[in-house]
Amino acid sequence: MKDDMKFSLTCPLPISDYPKVLMAHGSGGLLMQQLIEKIFYTAFSNSHLLTAHDATVLDIPQKRIAMSTDSYVVQPLFFPGGDIGCLAINGTVNDLAMSGAHPLYLSASFILEEGLSMETLWRVVQSMREAAAQAGVSIVTGDTKVVEKGHGDGLFINTTGIGVLEHDDIISPDQVRDGDAVLLSGDIGRHGMAVMTQRESLSFESTIESDSMPLWETVNAMLKEGIRIHCLRDATRGGLSAVLNEIAAASKLQIDVDENAIPVDPSVRGACEILGIDPLHVANEGRFSAFVAAENSTRAVEIMNHYSPQKNAACIGSVVVGKAGLVTLKTPIGGCRILDMSSGEQLPRIC
Amino acid sequence: MKYMDEYRDVASVRKYADAIKKITVHPWTIMEVCGGQTHAIVRFGIQDLLPEKINLVHGPGCPVCVTPVEMANKAIAIASRKEVIFCSFGDMLRVPGTEKDLRTVRAEGGDVRIVYSPLDAVKIARKNPDKEVVFFAVGFETTAPANAIAVHLAAQEGIKNFSMLVSHALVPPAIKAILSSKENKVQGFLAAGHVCTVMGYREYKQIVQKFKVPVVVTGFEPLDILQGIYMCIRQLEEDRAEVENQYSRAVQEGGNVPAQELIEKVFCVIPRKWRGIGEIPESGWGLTPEYQSFDAERRFDVVAESKEESSECISGLVLMGVKKPSDCPAFGKVCTPEHPLGATMVSGEGACAAYYRYRRDAT
Repeated sequence: MKDDMKFSLTCPLPISDYPKVLMAHGSGGLLMQQLIEKIFYTAFSNSHLLTAHDATVLDIPQKRIAMSTDSYVVQPLFFPGGDIGCLAINGTVNDLAMSGAHPLYLSASFILEEGLSMETLWRVVQSMREAAAQAGVSIVTGDTKVVEKGHGDGLFINTTGIGVLEHDDIISPDQVRDGDAVLLSGDIGRHGMAVMTQRESLSFESTIESDSMPLWETVNAMLKEGIRIHCLRDATRGGLSAVLNEIAAASKLQIDVDENAIPVDPSVRGACEILGIDPLHVANEGRFSAFVAAENSTRAVEIMNHYSPQKNAACIGSVVVGKAGLVTLKTPIGGCRILDMSSGEQLPRIC
Repeated sequence: MKYMDEYRDVASVRKYADAIKKITVHPWTIMEVCGGQTHAIVRFGIQDLLPEKINLVHGPGCPVCVTPVEMANKAIAIASRKEVIFCSFGDMLRVPGTEKDLRTVRAEGGDVRIVYSPLDAVKIARKNPDKEVVFFAVGFETTAPANAIAVHLAAQEGIKNFSMLVSHALVPPAIKAILSSKENKVQGFLAAGHVCTVMGYREYKQIVQKFKVPVVVTGFEPLDILQGIYMCIRQLEEDRAEVENQYSRAVQEGGNVPAQELIEKVFCVIPRKWRGIGEIPESGWGLTPEYQSFDAERRFDVVAESKEESSECISGLVLMGVKKPSDCPAFGKVCTPEHPLGATMVSGEGACAAYYRYRRDAT
């Protein structure tokens, strides 16, 4: 949720008895009931959730379903272009989409730290509601726990999602073939740099906004157009370099990419240069790489661009037999090097 | 991006690569001193554009790499204290001490913070008067002005809970040590542009006269480095040995005089140990007597054990330009960035780490 005003005008905070989360809000008593009803039921209202049973029963006609889970611990909770709430929806929705599944249902579990302000929780929940509506998913079950002050970092969220496969294709790393085109759905590095600049209180001339967005619509359009998708992977933690290395290793093939073809916004490039960080290692929350049959490459990029706000999706390289697990990068000046996974936490350099 | 894209322009890069090929007659070994340059050479694949006769070797100019293990141990000992907020540039966090690194100290409950400027550490000290705030001042001449300002400011404002663990190294004495070594193979140097931005390049004139080697002050972008190599080879082929300045957009002969004045006030020259190389006389900076009350080593009275590099590690020879990372039998096998045996694998700018990351398949 980008606009605080919008929140305060359209969704007044429904709970005011206690301005902060108390241990009692997780104790199973009346306060917990109030919290669930006034915050979670109000925001996520749907018939499955409102059955208020221990488990939700879902009718799913398809034979093949996909399931994925992820936990969200981002700090700060709010950052330019997003917050922990929209990440918790988009992250899991996107993981489902990467297996070619149409995301339908999510669970949402909250671990709240005693003392968290109700207003913060409400803002996060509103953001989840909006993101779920945009992604076309329902939050059908959930859980709330409260931990003592100092035992959490404000708010952690876990979401688990179920999606259905409405086609017979198998989309997975072992389907990647020699000659496949490697596509990227948009410019990289926005999310990681948006969070880092907030976390480290760095100020740049222009604010870098997270790229958090749901990706199913794009994937669905590609499937409907008959693009022969062999594998999809969203470039979250570890960035694009992790995706390419994981797929090269899993498919036992080599991937060659061209650095000049990889879109990076100048503001992200600038911030990365200053901090000595490679944008290829920076996390994204609304970008994915697709491995498709080469003859479908141009059309697939057009579809990606139709759904991408920045319209800068690109074909960045290809899969070759070469050496299993190797990723090579053609440098902007015509040299060639290995593109490695980052060895861990991105740490800014001394000079 | 302005001031960057121009220096990565393919046509200009090709032009210089061709010009280098044209003028190169003899085989030459050239050392780039700075880790930032090593990183750029390997990251952009600059060696691929050069004739085979040109051998680029990688110098000791990565401050993280040459920080002795005992200094890392001292940092870890200080950072582990309950009353301390320990501030450091990011890449020192994963430098292994004898038993652990600063990331582990943080995981064990130590207050270790990444800062982007020593002035941020002073700010933290102002905000936390009941805590001891220590800044880990690692670096070459490049980072010295900001560190000097931080100490000076803390002194002026009477901020008593701020101190600095100083591990400053100086480039010219290291170049002299390399050239004085019997095993030396280096015939020309690309001097580190940012060090010269601060210090100028008069010091190199003495080196050039004494050792008869060309020194070209060089920047960090691919085109800078190729121009630097071109200027260096032209001197070598013409049998000249002079100081030339490729990085004139940032470097003046006299350097940044106000910065030097401040450095001189706060720091004085001391002998220093270089990880992988050993002690080099007059090759470091420590706090002057006037500012010694800001010396974290004195304040916390830490004694740290020293540790020799693994006998398998050839990082000393790599730092001196005698060997390349790929010459080491441990490279990429028992020695990786996750488990470094020695200095040059520790930081992303160390030659071994850069080779591992970008070129290990070529070895």
